[in-house]
Amino acid sequence: MPSFVITEKCDGCKAQDKTACQYICPHDLMALDREKMKAYNQEPEQCWECFNCVKICPQQAIEVRGYSDFVPLGSSTIPLRGTDSIMWTIKFRNGILKRFKFPIRTTTEGSVDPYTGKPAPDFAALKQPGFFNGPARTE
Amino acid sequence: MEKETCTFSYCKRPEVTEVECDLLIMGGGMAGCGAAYEACRWANEKGLKVVLVDKAATDRSGAVAMGLSAINTYVGENKVEDYVKYVRNDLMGIIREDLVFDLGRHVDNSVELFEEWGLPIWKKGDDGFSLDGFQAAEAGKKSLKDGGTPVRSGKWQIMINGESYKVIVAEAAKKALQSNREKTGMAQNHFERVFIVKAVKDTNGKDVAAAIGFSTRENKIYSFKAKAMICATAGAVNCFRPRSVGEGMGRTWYPVFSSGSGYAFGMQAGAELSLMENRFVPARFKDGYGPVGAWFLFFKAKATDSFGNDYCADKEYFDDAVARYGDYAKGLGTAIRNHLMMRAMKDGRGPILMQTPAAMAALGAAFKEKLGDKEGAKKMKHLEAEAWEDFLDMAIGQASIWAATNIEPDKSTSEIMPTEPYLLGSHAGCAGFWVSGPGDIAGTPEHYSWGYNRMSTVPGLFMAGDVVGASGHKFSSGSHAEGRLAAKAAIAYILDHADYKPAPKMSLDEIAAELYLPFEIYEKHKTYTTEPGVNPNYIGPKALQARLMKIADEYFGGVATWYMTSKTMLEEGLKKLEMLKEDANKMAAKDLHDLLRCFENYHRILSVEAHARHILFREESRYPGYYYRGDYNKIDDANWKCFTNSRYDAENNTWELKKVPYVQMFK
Repeated sequence: MPSFVITEKCDGCKAQDKTACQYICPHDLMALDREKMKAYNQEPEQCWECFNCVKICPQQAIEVRGYSDFVPLGSSTIPLRGTDSIMWTIKFRNGILKRFKFPIRTTTEGSVDPYTGKPAPDFAALKQPGFFNGPARTE
Repeated sequence: MEKETCTFSYCKRPEVTEVECDLLIMGGGMAGCGAAYEACRWANEKGLKVVLVDKAATDRSGAVAMGLSAINTYVGENKVEDYVKYVRNDLMGIIREDLVFDLGRHVDNSVELFEEWGLPIWKKGDDGFSLDGFQAAEAGKKSLKDGGTPVRSGKWQIMINGESYKVIVAEAAKKALQSNREKTGMAQNHFERVFIVKAVKDTNGKDVAAAIGFSTRENKIYSFKAKAMICATAGAVNCFRPRSVGEGMGRTWYPVFSSGSGYAFGMQAGAELSLMENRFVPARFKDGYGPVGAWFLFFKAKATDSFGNDYCADKEYFDDAVARYGDYAKGLGTAIRNHLMMRAMKDGRGPILMQTPAAMAALGAAFKEKLGDKEGAKKMKHLEAEAWEDFLDMAIGQASIWAATNIEPDKSTSEIMPTEPYLLGSHAGCAGFWVSGPGDIAGTPEHYSWGYNRMSTVPGLFMAGDVVGASGHKFSSGSHAEGRLAAKAAIAYILDHADYKPAPKMSLDEIAAELYLPFEIYEKHKTYTTEPGVNPNYIGPKALQARLMKIADEYFGGVATWYMTSKTMLEEGLKKLEMLKEDANKMAAKDLHDLLRCFENYHRILSVEAHARHILFREESRYPGYYYRGDYNKIDDANWKCFTNSRYDAENNTWELKKVPYVQMFK
């Protein structure tokens, strides 16, 4: 289900170095047409349909159209990702509408403190089982 | 054929940067993030420099890029020993039990960190029903670390709200790398959009001195010199011709961006592979490849043939499977269930259907009986959302297929089908490198351990995640934990080899010329034809991939032959693959995106060659349901209950294969 960019909504991330969709795509698919200042999916048959470009686009200019080899037209799957949850709006081909909201994280973005409050590594145990922050299980 | 060289007569010479560090981590997925997290804590104390290179953006790179709806390895209330037995059963009796046990005794530590960092984990409510990550917090449920009870969808799996799983894990890794920068004064130690192409050996002939690659964003080449390296990249996907060959080619079950680059890296470094004949062919919802685990295990749905029969209980099929594959068939592991499904499909009893309406009706009735009509209906609504979340967290396209074809799971069944083959070592497969175990586990034979945990047979080159062989069923959490184990051992290796100064065999000029050769070739020849896409002087990345997929599919047991191959088919296919490898000397790239695809596909070619040579070597059908040797269509424990290891000599393009004894450590 390759992503596509809606011409009217895309602003090329206002000519910054890289667009948000280019930054995030795990497969290097999103490209920017510098003349038109519009992003596009340069290799739709390699799209995994991870929706990361859809979720990150600040203009909500990116959606997804079902893979042409097996998905009939007429439905849509639209995410709206917030800081702690995500809302999905799913429209069926026959018009049924479903909406779901799921948690995505329980802490504030950027709040991970990797080492504070954790034990210091014990170099005497470097070649023993266990991690710096605790021993391996024993049974 | 004439060999092309790059003298930068046609393409522009790139800037070449040399980065020196103590530990290089290749890959920013779960294993790479785990490695960075553990390594930096130790490295910071000693002033060691840690660098992580990712071909994508670490927030959304690797197999968890889309998210996940479950963590498949959390030992919790179970015994580690039982985890080993479960993995052994599913992988047809041959695994490195030391590696699997070691993983099992460490993995929960990582899962508990994920929860601390913000991953919402479902908990069991007081009424026995599930609470999502938010509801659990509101109800004051304890964290896993403090003894909270997760929601099990199977014995080893726990349910999560995992849309942002990777973002959260990446945040911890990035903060860890930042702390290492601050301690060591390095300007940059996290390189995104840099693709590692190959290993460069040391002039001492033993070590790997450097990993070389290029930026996919600017004309820049990198040589990363390190005392130790951890290869933490993905398996190999889009190698066999997929069932969908149009736009749907990208809708692979495992991430389409898994290009076998870690296999290629280790092979070119001369590291020994193990069980590369192993593969995974998941049975998934047809076309969208949405997960079936929660439907089977959590919703208790049954899969049947089109007439409602349970194909796993078919007497004829089952008796035949036992006759060929012995007691392994009785274990009904994933491979055997696939095998029985294929028997029904080949007899025209398809499509195979997941009976979702019956499962939901049964659950609905049970809810109403227990809670009354009103509360029961409410729980049912929650359950429906859980079913959709299972897709929306990790295979969004499957949800879209249901919407596009008007499938409501309580009203219509859904087709399931075995996919094209995948090569990997962290999910339900075990293709990868032969690595040292920890050595301290009782009963470890001598040949399983050579000093540093997760180190390959090349000194200083460690492996983690998908590229570790003979130790599957790690999944996301286990890969993170394995990255940490490799990191800790790599730190020990670096401290023990403090005097080692990497001396790469190639000069920076030679490196630049090799990596930019596809540009030189393209620029040199592109105007010979009116359409540069069709040119007799070179081969583009798409053609490389199409040829590989056709060979793999038709000769090495892809979907075209119902996963069937044989000595004669493999040998014929390998001849064609050799020509493709030769043609790869004429790869052509018009831009950086093409250059990435050229080398990714070259890595796929090497991965598939290893796979085919291993299948050829093992004269039995160890993994029915994944592939069959038509000339040896049985399991032959007397001759083949052993590891099959190989070593590729990249310089001379030769292979050595051998049997290595399997030792059962847990009865």
